[in-house]
Amino acid sequence: MRDSEMRLEPSEPTGRRAFLSKALPAFVPLVALLQSGRSEQSQKEAAKQGETRSYRASQHDYAMGVDPSRCIGCGQCAEACKTENDVPEEPFYFRTWIERYSVHSDRETVVSSPNGGIGGFPAVTERGVLRTFFVPKLCNQCANPPCVQVCPVGATFKTQDGVVLVDSSYCIGCRYCIQACPYGARFMHPVTHTAEKCTFCYHRIVKGHVPACVEVCPTQARIFGDLKERASPLMRFRRQNAVQVLKADLNTEPKVYYANLDGEVR
Amino acid sequence: MMEAAQPLAEVLQQIKGYIYPNEVELHWGLLVVVYPYITGLVAGAFILASLERVFNVREVQPTYRLSLLTALAFLIIAPLPLLAHLGHPERSFEIFFTPNVHSAMAMFGFVYAWYLMVVLLLEIWFDYRKDAIVWAKDERGWKKWAHRLFTLGANDLSERSLRFDRRAGRFLTLIGIPSAFLLHGYVGFIFGSVKANPWWSSVLIPIVFLFSAIVSGIAMVLVLYMLTCLVRGKEIDMPCADKLASFLLYALIVDFSLEMLDFIHRLYQAEESIRILSQMISSRLFLSLVVLQLLLGTLIPMIGLMVISPAFRTHGRAVLKVPPELRRLIYFAAALLIQMGIFSTRWNVVVGGQLFSKSLRGLTVYKMELLGLEGFFMSALLLIMPFVVLYLLVTVLPPWPDKEVHPESIVVAAAE
Repeated sequence: MRDSEMRLEPSEPTGRRAFLSKALPAFVPLVALLQSGRSEQSQKEAAKQGETRSYRASQHDYAMGVDPSRCIGCGQCAEACKTENDVPEEPFYFRTWIERYSVHSDRETVVSSPNGGIGGFPAVTERGVLRTFFVPKLCNQCANPPCVQVCPVGATFKTQDGVVLVDSSYCIGCRYCIQACPYGARFMHPVTHTAEKCTFCYHRIVKGHVPACVEVCPTQARIFGDLKERASPLMRFRRQNAVQVLKADLNTEPKVYYANLDGEVR
Repeated sequence: MMEAAQPLAEVLQQIKGYIYPNEVELHWGLLVVVYPYITGLVAGAFILASLERVFNVREVQPTYRLSLLTALAFLIIAPLPLLAHLGHPERSFEIFFTPNVHSAMAMFGFVYAWYLMVVLLLEIWFDYRKDAIVWAKDERGWKKWAHRLFTLGANDLSERSLRFDRRAGRFLTLIGIPSAFLLHGYVGFIFGSVKANPWWSSVLIPIVFLFSAIVSGIAMVLVLYMLTCLVRGKEIDMPCADKLASFLLYALIVDFSLEMLDFIHRLYQAEESIRILSQMISSRLFLSLVVLQLLLGTLIPMIGLMVISPAFRTHGRAVLKVPPELRRLIYFAAALLIQMGIFSTRWNVVVGGQLFSKSLRGLTVYKMELLGLEGFFMSALLLIMPFVVLYLLVTVLPPWPDKEVHPESIVVAAAE
């Protein structure tokens, strides 16, 4: 009987099990606190990668269509870009610029881009010009970007929504990315001493606006859109035109598509 | 901002044809020319040292230690031009801490650290350890302390430990040869892998860099050996000079053949870029490529060495028998011309690759500045600094054969 009594009414528990059973509840708030910290952390991570409640980067893949036959060489796009993105005014720094091609009857083609086309182009006065046309240029936001491959510290990177950006607080200014870009789309910012390039006006597009150059183009020579959106002007552009990309042989997979591009354009 | 704009406005006047607007600023200037030139000298000098150690070319023994110290002096300075060139040198450590493993340039830090720490410093330590112990015994003042510090307390002079030094040194040289190839072949890869640039993008570039490095390294040690003999009032060891000249000639022939292969290959393939590259060679690169690199820096020294060095001796004599005094002078002149030629090679690769537009429609110019971090004087300073470092190294660790402590003398002394 004494034994059974002892079994039924055990004395105060001691040892490891007892310690855990007492201590565990005490840990609950701590664990909860840690958990909440972690979810905050993962929210931050998500935001960093473009995943917020209102915007999911993984659901977009931005691209641009350019129709040279519509471009009138007014240069408003290049000017708007400089204003929107604080690009230095000097004629050596451009995120986007316009080239004019003059095809001569002797099969020579003369290309020019005075001040990147800002302020327009002088009238063609030479003789023997068969035709001229304008080509807007910008970063091709390559799907396979050589600039990202060569950056020694990973300061330039491709976002989930398909835009190539530069983290200027991280760039060491070695200029290797500028050398690696086949399109001359990058430059060294003379004040920050970091690499610069077109961002598709990333600050605008994540809010649902179009890039500044697209916004101001009077002839809709530039069409901005999302490759993951099936019904969009960009998709219509790609459906209705024979599109080409620049320097396709380099396998950079550009995402700036040109409609019916002349073979002279490089 | 206006300071930068002024020289660029001048460039704008001299552009021929069309270049992309962002190409008006030339991005890699003189400092980036100096960098592969210096790294090449490191690799070349080390490979010369390995001739004696691994391939048992006894004649070049008098230059063994000098080559090692030359390699070290240039290696210490090698990262400085890169650092001075960065827009944000204070962030350069990120290359070590958060490297992008896909970037060729990011790996430089690791290749450099490996070469400095594992190969050169260790090899020099094993080679000089016994000497430092023996020298420290009879010395006073700072030199005694410097040599004591150098030994790191490893003062064992037993036959067994000396044998270990020799073995370790040989083993390190064995690792060192592929490492030297890696160091400079890799510098070539930084340029050769840029597919956007048809002047750089070539699978041959790393190997051309490597052989030109060997050429420049041997030529540099030859010049240094002759000068140090002159300053110290010692007779130049002619079999050594002859052997150095012979190896210089062999390397020069391989280097020249590879460059010609690259040239002919481009010309024969005649890709889209050939028109603008031909224009560039015949105008903006004519002086530095055709005159300085090819004619003065390669062909003339090559013919000179072919005629007077006993490299291709038939029946025990050179093509032209020349008295040693004249031979020495010709070797010296040839080695100096080769240095100039290799510097031009680096210039032609780095600057040449940026003188034409990636639109393949125009040519630009390089306006070298005199002052400032990217200027001429800075580069000149960086080219002089390795010699200052070498002077300091030579003062602490004399590489002269007559100062060397031979293991036999230690063993005999211990027995007595």
